[in-house]
Amino acid sequence: MLYREAGQFKTDYAADQQIFPILQDRIFVFGVIAAAFAIVPAIASEYLYTEILIPFLILSLAAIGLNILVGYCGQVSLGTGGFMAVGAYAAYNLWLRVPEANNLVVVFLFGGLMAAAVGILFGLPSLRIKGFYLAVATLASQFFLDWLFARVKWLTNYTPSGSVAVGDLHVFGWRIDGPADRYLLILGMVVVATIVAKNLVRGHIGRSWMAIRDMDIAAEIIGFRPLRTKLLAFAVSSFFIGVAGAMWGFLRLGSWEPLAFDINRSFQILFMVIIGGLGSLVGSFMGAAFIVLTPVLLNQLPGWLGVNMSTAMISHLEFMVFGAMIVFFLIVEPHGLARLWAVAKEKLRLWPFPH
Amino acid sequence: MDSRLRSFPDVLLSVENISLSFGGVNALTDISFDIAKGEVRAIIGPNGAGKSSMLNCINGFYHPQHGAITYKGVRRNQMKPHEAAEQGIARTFQNIALFRGMSTLDNIMTGRNLRMKTGLLWQALHIGPARREEIEHRKAVERIIEFLEIQHIRKAPVGTLPYGLQKRVELGRALAAEPELLLLDEPMAGMNIEEKQDMCRFILDVNDEFGTTICLIEHDMSVVMDISDRVVVLDYGRKIGDGTPDEIKKNEAVITAYLGVGH
Repeated sequence: MLYREAGQFKTDYAADQQIFPILQDRIFVFGVIAAAFAIVPAIASEYLYTEILIPFLILSLAAIGLNILVGYCGQVSLGTGGFMAVGAYAAYNLWLRVPEANNLVVVFLFGGLMAAAVGILFGLPSLRIKGFYLAVATLASQFFLDWLFARVKWLTNYTPSGSVAVGDLHVFGWRIDGPADRYLLILGMVVVATIVAKNLVRGHIGRSWMAIRDMDIAAEIIGFRPLRTKLLAFAVSSFFIGVAGAMWGFLRLGSWEPLAFDINRSFQILFMVIIGGLGSLVGSFMGAAFIVLTPVLLNQLPGWLGVNMSTAMISHLEFMVFGAMIVFFLIVEPHGLARLWAVAKEKLRLWPFPH
Repeated sequence: MDSRLRSFPDVLLSVENISLSFGGVNALTDISFDIAKGEVRAIIGPNGAGKSSMLNCINGFYHPQHGAITYKGVRRNQMKPHEAAEQGIARTFQNIALFRGMSTLDNIMTGRNLRMKTGLLWQALHIGPARREEIEHRKAVERIIEFLEIQHIRKAPVGTLPYGLQKRVELGRALAAEPELLLLDEPMAGMNIEEKQDMCRFILDVNDEFGTTICLIEHDMSVVMDISDRVVVLDYGRKIGDGTPDEIKKNEAVITAYLGVGH
């Protein structure tokens, strides 16, 4: 009853090709976005901003980037952390060395573009190798980039241990100060990036990625160029990941060192993509929410239940429960949260009359 | 229905002395034949005769060691599959090669990829040219969907469709490219009699209405004799017969290859 598309007839292809062809979906999504912009800033605490909302949004963007590569184009990558580091340090260097460019939008786009260039470079082996072998090749990119930012001192402005800090941030004359400003800026950029990602995956570029993913030989025979298609996926994916990395450094951490973008970050984003659902943008958000929220909940749970536990015990339990949940999830729903969401929507369409 | 007696003056593609081997195995030996513009040309032969290898040579997937292929007057020894696609050669596969994670509509839309040119920025914004292009090609694809009578599965993921419908979607993807030469590798394998009749009708309609030249591999002799204009017969990588269906039926070498000889 809640969710009925009866009577919504499409009379042209433009209407049929909308992102949300069903009216209720459109109302729901616009409602969520409006609430995120208008209602959240009125009620959110600093903890909610810095520990939940900001990490959730930035990591969602990184997960969207990785999902384009792994979920849509079928090229496994373990170099996400390295590409985030490229975005963050490229943005830092532009911000540091070109004072005229003190506009975060410009700085972040530059970080994204540099990450895209590096992504293309490390995507070159994908023409010849696939699957596990490609994963190992991208893992090498992770270690190379970790080494690069630890050893090439110019990139980190000769600071000891490569730790860098940023401050006095502006966007078109708007001074970014305090968590609410940072949240609104991130939210705006993530909304725009998500629309761009959706447009890409629903057009002929997205179809070329999916064709390569599903059957590369057939894709080549109907006219797709494998190398060009794969490199475009690497570039677009790394661009989003680079922007997310720059945001993580500038707006989440404020000061960071290369360790913030190590191999654990790569795995974290990959888990988000797998748990959320390969080849689904809404899944990227769900995966990010799951990975960001679960540790917070597990942390709070003993307190709510009135059980007295040491912090060390809680953090050990957190790891165990988290690992068990991931395994359980992969067995029960290998297509991720996005599939559960789709099934629920399908059920709601028919409810309460099953026929 | 008797074989259709039509005449085709222009040669679209000719194969001259093609030889292909994998290591020590000779898949094709010194094969020559031609495909005339507008005809339905069948390639038949027992299993392992080299039929699929022949199609793979024509659309650039295999590179023969000897011989040349002349297509639309241009002689070539090698080309890449996407170049063949750009020059108007489309094909279907013996084992269905659809993009299983995508819907019927998206699969057929991929067939039009060579005609979709808008760049990354327009695509990212999905306005102006990108939007117009998408709708224009959607119209062309909808005509194919209507032609193949698969409107009801337009939005269904192809992985969930029954075999006969998947074959039809694959034909649709090849047709979406508006090819001049359509290569069909066993389009009726594994189908029941109704599905075969439907597929024959589609093949003949494509040939009649769009004037598409068709080269097909098929094992069902009654189908081959009914719908093809000329037949070439391969056995162990060699050509043993070439002519109209009636000539092939009387050819001693062909009868021997198919029925064997008494010792």
